[in-house]
Amino acid sequence: MTRNQTATLEKEAAPILSGPGGTRECPDWFQDQQREAWMQFESLPKPTRKDQAWRFANVSLLDLSPFKYGGTLTEKERATILEQSRGLEEVAGRMIFAGDELLERDVISDQLKKRGVIFQPLERAMVEHADLFRKYFMSQPAILGSAKFAALHQALVSSGTFLYVPRGVEIELPIEIFHWLNAENDSAFPHLLLVTDELAKVTVIEHFRSVNEHASGFACGVNDLVAGPGAKVTYVCAQNWADNVIALQMNTTTVDHDASAMSLNLNLGSRYSRFESLSRLTGEGGRSDLLAVAVAKHQQEFDARTLQDHVSPHTASDLLYKNALDDRARTIFGGLIRVEPHAHFTDAYQKVRNLLLSDDAEANSMPGLEILADNVRCTHGATSGQVDEDELFYLRTRGIPVPVAQRLIVTGFLDEVVQRLDHPAISEHLHRLIEDKFSENRR
Amino acid sequence: MKTENSAVDIDRNKGDFFYPEVHVRDAGVGLSERTVHYIADVKDDPDWVREYRLRGLKTFLEKPLPTHWASKDLEAIDFNKIRYYLSPGTEPKRSWEEVPDDIKRTFERLGIPEQERKFLAGVEAQFDSEAVYSNIKKAVGEQGVIFVGSREGLKNYPEIFRKWFGKVIPIADNKFSALNSAVFSGGSFIYVPPGVKVKHPLQAYFRINAENFGQFERTLIIADEGSEVTYMEGCTAPKFNTPTLHSAVVELVALKGAKIQYITVQNWASNVFNLVTKRGLAHENAEVKWIDCNIGSRLTMKYPSVIMKGRKARGEVLSIALANDGQHQDTGAKMIHAADETTSNIVSKSISIGKGRATYRGLVHVPKHLKNCKNNTECDALLINATSRTDTYPAITVRGTGNAVQHEASVSQVSTEQIFYMQQRGLSEAQAMSLSVNGFVNDLVRQFPMEYSVELKRLIELEMEGSVG
Repeated sequence: MTRNQTATLEKEAAPILSGPGGTRECPDWFQDQQREAWMQFESLPKPTRKDQAWRFANVSLLDLSPFKYGGTLTEKERATILEQSRGLEEVAGRMIFAGDELLERDVISDQLKKRGVIFQPLERAMVEHADLFRKYFMSQPAILGSAKFAALHQALVSSGTFLYVPRGVEIELPIEIFHWLNAENDSAFPHLLLVTDELAKVTVIEHFRSVNEHASGFACGVNDLVAGPGAKVTYVCAQNWADNVIALQMNTTTVDHDASAMSLNLNLGSRYSRFESLSRLTGEGGRSDLLAVAVAKHQQEFDARTLQDHVSPHTASDLLYKNALDDRARTIFGGLIRVEPHAHFTDAYQKVRNLLLSDDAEANSMPGLEILADNVRCTHGATSGQVDEDELFYLRTRGIPVPVAQRLIVTGFLDEVVQRLDHPAISEHLHRLIEDKFSENRR
Repeated sequence: MKTENSAVDIDRNKGDFFYPEVHVRDAGVGLSERTVHYIADVKDDPDWVREYRLRGLKTFLEKPLPTHWASKDLEAIDFNKIRYYLSPGTEPKRSWEEVPDDIKRTFERLGIPEQERKFLAGVEAQFDSEAVYSNIKKAVGEQGVIFVGSREGLKNYPEIFRKWFGKVIPIADNKFSALNSAVFSGGSFIYVPPGVKVKHPLQAYFRINAENFGQFERTLIIADEGSEVTYMEGCTAPKFNTPTLHSAVVELVALKGAKIQYITVQNWASNVFNLVTKRGLAHENAEVKWIDCNIGSRLTMKYPSVIMKGRKARGEVLSIALANDGQHQDTGAKMIHAADETTSNIVSKSISIGKGRATYRGLVHVPKHLKNCKNNTECDALLINATSRTDTYPAITVRGTGNAVQHEASVSQVSTEQIFYMQQRGLSEAQAMSLSVNGFVNDLVRQFPMEYSVELKRLIELEMEGSVG
């Protein structure tokens, strides 16, 4: 805590583009890595629309000059944030961050602790569990276009969540993490390092929110999710930043043999949100489910890039992304199934569906396949359409007014994805967030 | 000796021969303003064409190779070692008797005159840079149909030619359309008057005979209101030791209610770079259909497009690609919807054998405020060996409500159960494999004109030989 406070004080109100600030109480090796990452950030070129990885994206929105490090919170602000950090009813553990500052940590039960579960802020884990940390922290390069921003994240990250679940431990209740942006032009660099050992089981939900629903801000997060042999990892992201926020999130999931990973990204907030999801299937029998739902309104732009990377034979992946677009909103889906040489007997599926609700909304889909092995079953599909007139008519004959009927159809369309989670409480929570977005009631 | 009714030669070995060169006109090796002037002088181009060529050259030199998304193999092309214009320096002949003996022998070996007698409405044969033969059946000519080489089209029908030339594919569309604009020669010019339905196909045959040669034909087809025409092209080249470049530009204009069907069977030798830009403009109620089969070449990059400019226009691409060892078939389609109620359909099937790589690249664009546009895209890929590769890269943009767009793709391989079943019935493994592959493309091939489907099936059998076991 003290480290964070000193760091925050020194960096206060400094623009993030002025570089990593002040002395930090991190190990030397970590500071060296950060300096190196900063140099990398500065040397890598800015993305342009001509880059395949940024095709269709409105790259002009990525002006980082206004953003600064978050200042120290007042007692009142702190209390407001804690008071508003309401998510699931029952959780196994909880962390609440405002910018880079950890406000509160609800520790996990003694029983879990006794069985070896580690749930710590990142800066503590890098000292106390340096081996694990160094092995997995940002060990996969960001190859989906945002190498520059991953470097920025690495250079500036100063806190985050470290969660380690040892062999055979199953955590039934979800772990919950809140990230808040507070004042105008604040920035955050959220990080989750999740490592599960053999046959472990865990579910994590992250909430991204803004205190001030008109404030602009910048979030640049990286998650390393590691599913050990036979482990079961579920990751859920409920992104609900304020409408002026620019957000970049780069997630890498590694799935070992017989493990299964499921991720669901719900995108509701921000002005521009780019979500890169890389899922690497490195062991036989591994399975990865990639799910996403976006409700895009006004001039929001959601930019999803995915890679289902089948490295090992006998692996399966299934992607389902659904977007509902209203007003002048835009969505981009750029996905690739890659079956590496020798990854025979791959079973991969990829589907993106866009529901257009207005004449100015625009959906871009680039579902891709690269197959370098045989004996594979790979299919992908992309559809773009609108609310089915017959369904609408049916509901109207039952006396349901058009706007209500339309909303029912759209939420039903999106619910198909949300219901794939086998956590009813989380599905219910996400469903409520989606409904709130439609009724413009954001919290 | 092959005697069946073959529309085009697609037996690869059959095209692998050449005769000594007898070129009178030769622009030399390499590309500069001098080359462009030489071509313009030889062809006696009007000033606007000469200027157009020079603008093409400038754009070509300015544009980078598109290797940020396309194959790095493009870097293997040495533009300074290519010969850009070669011709015997004579006008195209109206009868095969007048065609010089050695050139005539070339086309006879490829079976062209024989096919013309059998079922074609007109034939043009291009040898390196210029047409050596061009003829149209009397009855078709009397209907007012024009079918000549691009040079004759420019000379004799300037008012139609100039109106549409370069309008569908601008110089700066891409690096290779710019190159073609600079040094184009040969290709067909076709005009079909209003209401005329040309019953039999018109055919062009493209032949590269000289080493290090680049062929840059330019085809312009205009189907006036309510008319219909089918055009077929075939191409071969002997396999030289150094790579050859073929970079054509094909523009189609289907005016109100017209229908154009354009069929390609590309069977270049396996060291030809085949970088072609093809686009059709479909006006109200018109239809442009591309049937595109890519079997030969080292690298093909070709994405036939349709711009549906008028209400209820239709666009279609049926594509078959076969990629064997050392080949990359980078093919696909582009559908640009620019009016209400336009519909497009893309069906692509590719087969990768050995170390071959087949890529589908597609673009579907439905911009703002259009109503009732529909696109359907299906791409299926079949992998034969463990070393084969296939990719799919579609890009789909849809704006607004009232349109329906769907894309589906799948990758599979020949199932071992199927093969086993057929072997039980006494077929060899290779026969079973080839039957299976033919089954994969069958529903698409059935939509092709008869002569093509027979040839294609035979060709696939040939390509499959030795791919298993």
